[in-house]
Amino acid sequence: MTHEDLDQLLARRDFLRQCAGGIGTMALARLLSVEGRSAVPQQPHVNPLRFRPGHFEAKARSVIVLFMLGGPSHIDLYDPKPALQRWHGSALPESLTKDLKLAFIKPSAKVLASGRQFKPCGRSGIELSDYLPHLASCADDICLIRSMHTEAFNHHPAQSLLMSGTTQFGRPTIGSWATYGLGCESESLPAFVVLASGDSVSSAGSNNWSCGFLPSTYQGVPFANAGDPVPYLSNLPGVSRTMQRDRLEAIRKMNELHQREIGDLEIASRIYSYELAFRMQAAAPELLDLSKESAATLTMYGVNQEPTHAYGANCLLARRMVERGVRFVMLTHGNWDDHANIDKRLKKNCDITDRPTAALLKDLKQRGLLESTLVVWGGEFGRTPMGELERLEEPAGRDHHPNCFSMWLAGGGIRPGQVIGKTDEMGLNVAEDGVHVHDLQATLLHCLGLDHKRLTYRHMGRDFRLTDVGGEVIRKALV
Amino acid sequence: MCTKILDDLQIARYRGWLGPDLPEAGGAGTRAGTGRWRSCAMLLPLLLACFQAPVSGREAPAKAAQPSAREVDFSRDVAPLLQRKCVSCHGPSKQANGLRLDNRQDAIRGGHSGPAIVPGNSAASGLMQRVLGTANNRPVMPLKGERLGAEQIALLRSWIDSGAAWTDEPVPAAASHSPDREQGRHWSFEPPHRPSVPQVRNSSWVKNPVDAFVLERLERERMQPSPEAAPATLIRRLSLDLTGLPPSPKELAEFLADRRPDAYERLVDRLLASPQYGEKWALHWLDLARYADSDGYEADRIRPHAWRYRHWVINALNQDLPFDHFTLEQVAGDLLPGATSEQKVSTGFHRNTLKNREGGTSLEQFRFEETVDRTNTVGSVWLGLTVACAQCHDHKYDPISQKEYYQLFAVLNNIEELTQDAPLAGELGPYLAAAPGYRRKRTELLARYRVPELMPPWEADMRLAAANPGQRTDWDHAYDAFQKYLDRADKILRKDPTQRTEREQDSLVDHFVGNYHRVISQERNNELKFKELRKALEELQAGLPDVTRAYVVAEEAERRRTYLHLRGDWRRTGIEVQPSTPAFLPPMREALAPRLALAQWLVSPDNPLTARVTVNRLWQEYFGAGLVRTSEDFGTRGEQPSHPGLLDWLASEFVENAWSLKQMHRLIVTSATYRQSSKPRPELASRDPNNVLLARQTRLRMPAELIRDAALAVSGLLYPEIGGQSVHLPVPTNKKEEKPPLHEEGSSKARYRRGLYVLIKRTSLHPQLVNFNLPNRNVSVCRRERSNTPLQALNLLNDPAFGEASRALALRILAERQGSSEERLDYGFRLCMARPPSSQEAAVLRDYLRRQTEIVTQDGQSAQHLLPSALMDGNSPELAAWVGLSSVLLNLDEFITRE
Repeated sequence: MTHEDLDQLLARRDFLRQCAGGIGTMALARLLSVEGRSAVPQQPHVNPLRFRPGHFEAKARSVIVLFMLGGPSHIDLYDPKPALQRWHGSALPESLTKDLKLAFIKPSAKVLASGRQFKPCGRSGIELSDYLPHLASCADDICLIRSMHTEAFNHHPAQSLLMSGTTQFGRPTIGSWATYGLGCESESLPAFVVLASGDSVSSAGSNNWSCGFLPSTYQGVPFANAGDPVPYLSNLPGVSRTMQRDRLEAIRKMNELHQREIGDLEIASRIYSYELAFRMQAAAPELLDLSKESAATLTMYGVNQEPTHAYGANCLLARRMVERGVRFVMLTHGNWDDHANIDKRLKKNCDITDRPTAALLKDLKQRGLLESTLVVWGGEFGRTPMGELERLEEPAGRDHHPNCFSMWLAGGGIRPGQVIGKTDEMGLNVAEDGVHVHDLQATLLHCLGLDHKRLTYRHMGRDFRLTDVGGEVIRKALV
Repeated sequence: MCTKILDDLQIARYRGWLGPDLPEAGGAGTRAGTGRWRSCAMLLPLLLACFQAPVSGREAPAKAAQPSAREVDFSRDVAPLLQRKCVSCHGPSKQANGLRLDNRQDAIRGGHSGPAIVPGNSAASGLMQRVLGTANNRPVMPLKGERLGAEQIALLRSWIDSGAAWTDEPVPAAASHSPDREQGRHWSFEPPHRPSVPQVRNSSWVKNPVDAFVLERLERERMQPSPEAAPATLIRRLSLDLTGLPPSPKELAEFLADRRPDAYERLVDRLLASPQYGEKWALHWLDLARYADSDGYEADRIRPHAWRYRHWVINALNQDLPFDHFTLEQVAGDLLPGATSEQKVSTGFHRNTLKNREGGTSLEQFRFEETVDRTNTVGSVWLGLTVACAQCHDHKYDPISQKEYYQLFAVLNNIEELTQDAPLAGELGPYLAAAPGYRRKRTELLARYRVPELMPPWEADMRLAAANPGQRTDWDHAYDAFQKYLDRADKILRKDPTQRTEREQDSLVDHFVGNYHRVISQERNNELKFKELRKALEELQAGLPDVTRAYVVAEEAERRRTYLHLRGDWRRTGIEVQPSTPAFLPPMREALAPRLALAQWLVSPDNPLTARVTVNRLWQEYFGAGLVRTSEDFGTRGEQPSHPGLLDWLASEFVENAWSLKQMHRLIVTSATYRQSSKPRPELASRDPNNVLLARQTRLRMPAELIRDAALAVSGLLYPEIGGQSVHLPVPTNKKEEKPPLHEEGSSKARYRRGLYVLIKRTSLHPQLVNFNLPNRNVSVCRRERSNTPLQALNLLNDPAFGEASRALALRILAERQGSSEERLDYGFRLCMARPPSSQEAAVLRDYLRRQTEIVTQDGQSAQHLLPSALMDGNSPELAAWVGLSSVLLNLDEFITRE
């Protein structure tokens, strides 16, 4: 019996309701009975990740989040604050600092003016730091938000808030919500993939790509950049592809015999999982094989060059995943937690990431993929205008700053070449058009054709959603 | 229809719903005949004026600044306003934020944020601030509907300023709005009564009362139960359910040959008595206890002593410690009179909370978060309630107010975290013998590196840094790290050195040696060679046969005051609260220590929830779903029990059997209900697709740990040590890993221990466990997901651990069966599935074996990889084919399923 036969068989059965497409009979039944999506799949399928339409027409088909762990300094990269020069070396008046949430420094810490030069870029004239020469050439493709704000001021809770909409644990993250809402367009790759580079793992760890209480099918799958991209993807030593296929054939036949005897559709679902696994074994190495990419492309991304290789290869992989129908790619890079020596450390991270990031935008654009791919750049918070001395002998850095920071969006559904929001002249607080992380989340889902208020899941007696009880779509950001 | 003129009495009765509608309803004219309504009618123009000219929130304060020129009359002016705008949320049926505004006393006492009305002082009255919108960061009241107009605000202001006179009558609640919590009593909040066992027609099917309840329902639905499963299925089911391991071929053969009428019951008793029972059921409890071997959060440090609590759980279950004691000890073992060391170890339950050691975090914030987690965990584990919802506001569905949440929180808010020696048998002797030598060498070592001389000034500076934050940022950082990485750092620092225990002093010295570099220059650090000292200290420590320690809790000597936290925010305190339990449940008995009182209350005979919630969870593990399917939620939003009588009967049976868990297990597994075949029946599929009525058993994919155990068991690799330390299995990842001070791969037989013992590092769980739905253990989980994914397929196919098991299984089959391939196939299949293969299955396997031998013969390389070199000879292709065959067996759906 082929997979298609099986599919037809399943479709005919009137007890299809108990068919468990890879997520367990109970889970599926629960999913179907409580699903808050308006677009409930008409018929359950052995593949829970099968593509399904959203609430309304989507501008973006895929999302790439460039998640800069640790909190990059908005003051030194995206949000010029010349007024700080006047205050450099002195403490700010208490009236300005009394309500700040600070992790390490005290409100009396002295202001540290930025050493960066800013200049207007592109036709839009967006001002960007001299540390971002490559992004400068894409200024007309991005929508820069200078008025982001969040509530948490430690890494782990702030990352959790940005990704899952709450600082509490056990909630699904945005990639899981997106794949729960829309499924996947690839039948041989995971729907939600995580790629990491840099010298620090994310503080919130796997909580940044957790499916929380959603079925685990919607969990992000971290692709390692050494060895097997997915745990246990390669055959064991000594097992050739022929042997593996033979083995899978025997497993399928045995499972089908058992299925015929028992009649439990959970077995059919397992048979399907094995087929998908086998396809993934072929698809993932093909995905990772960059040898078919042109030399120009590799150079553009900085692949096989330092210091860009690891991050650049991930950016290129992100493009290849999007091409192959992966719904959500989260690419993390760390560490931007520059408590000390901010100029040197920022330069290092910009040297690693600026060129590949710009290359990703250009490459997506030239392939016509940018229209259908939403790219998001940012960290969990910004950094203080005041300096921090971690050790007396080292140059100053900056502390965590949740009240305002910068992020940018590009691609599917986003109106490019504009700046949204303003901060005050010290870079301390939002002055105009504040964008809370929930607003950003609502906007991301909106671009994917999902209404953040309707994308809900019943858990512990309550309908949960990504944006908790807040979130407004940032209309200004949209096309 | 003719409208009757109402008499005064009727009007008084209906005023509640007539009043608010008055301005809009326009019916006042027909009712204006009575004196009472005339006074309302006088107010009418005023109210109408407000509606015609709504004032926006921003303008309101300025316009409202003038007190009303009119004399204010409470009944005429104020009461209707309160009734219309406030009392539906702050009245008799609902007290949002703990506030009632329907009588003077409560209005003055106020809510969680303080007094609402200060007679004579409108500026200090919370009510005024809230309607004006001048309260810091608080929403303007009323939250719903039109805001108060300038005139109304002026009325309120002059009423308060003139002393807030109030008539004796309470302000009636407004309108027909039905308050959330005015429903009938919810079933699970009523004490269980022991129902009589129902009569059934087919009484011969009934093996114990469980079956009578199930069959009675089936007969009502005109449905037949399924036949009993085959004996081989039964022994595998029972073995997996009670011990988590498949039966050995010997056990299988013995059971199949046992013709005694009570063979099944004997098997149950044998399995319940086996030490693997404790391991299997610890698994489920550890999900509830959110057990892990690391802190979680950014640093996610390993907790080297966490396993001691797991060790206690396994032992407690194996000894069948009655569940009431099991509860008492974990919640408040330290407070029991004459508490033993083991009873203190059990309080490790409270130590499984996450701990944030991230630099710059507030200790108080995370102490608060830990207490929140403890409160929520107690609420869900014993009460099956989502009390967590009431952290920020009154529970939306269950009768738990935010105040009650913090009263429960207060019970757990006085915990001090300690690490205590908890030696296992045989440890103390060698330790005591070695300790003096160790101490001498340590003292010498420290002296050689000048620690006794350098440390006191550092301690003094650390105390200074604590007292004067912001003066030296390098010391601020050092002090922050000190607080984060040394448990009870401040307490130890403040103690006179001569008063510190040896452990305390040692930990302080170790921290000093490891962190002095933070406050000295690089050069000085190199000069002191503390790195070298650290290494020497570690080596010395490694040579000491140490005693096991445990993380426990005790009560702080001085009781910490507890406040309600507005919006659940640790920084925003409201009114002070006292330790207590929710009012809708029977009261907690007064006792010296509230935590002990809480523990006793949880298992008191009047508590309607604990026994039900517990038996329901047991049921869930046997049938895939509880009698209440939402086993985490017995509140009003949870599902109704499918068999209410059975649930209550089981709960009362549990208590009557002195809370013996083993008795409950025995009762369930000896029932005919449990022994049914799990085969889906097409005729039931449309009527009862989720098998709620239990006309059959359910096939269940095994939990992550048990899949590992089964592969180790059938291949003969399993190392059956019970309890003890965690096993660190390598995680295939590119991440930098903290090297755990525990078993390394290959260092011992440890890596063949059961999945239960695999080290749980919260931010980096072992992929095999994750793939098969191990919860992340950050919060208490009472129901595991059962997914079915391609990553699971890859895991069973390609994980080296399963590769090793396939090889061992192949060798075992060949070694233990000398006969033909047929016989060997039959034996291998039996080992894994506890049944012989059907002829079709045997044919598939035979075919596979033949083809695989050919493939391996052609591919000269394969066998070398698949087999240990010692076994390489002329037969190696055949051997390699058997490895493949074993892998096929370990990948079958049936192998990882409890049928």
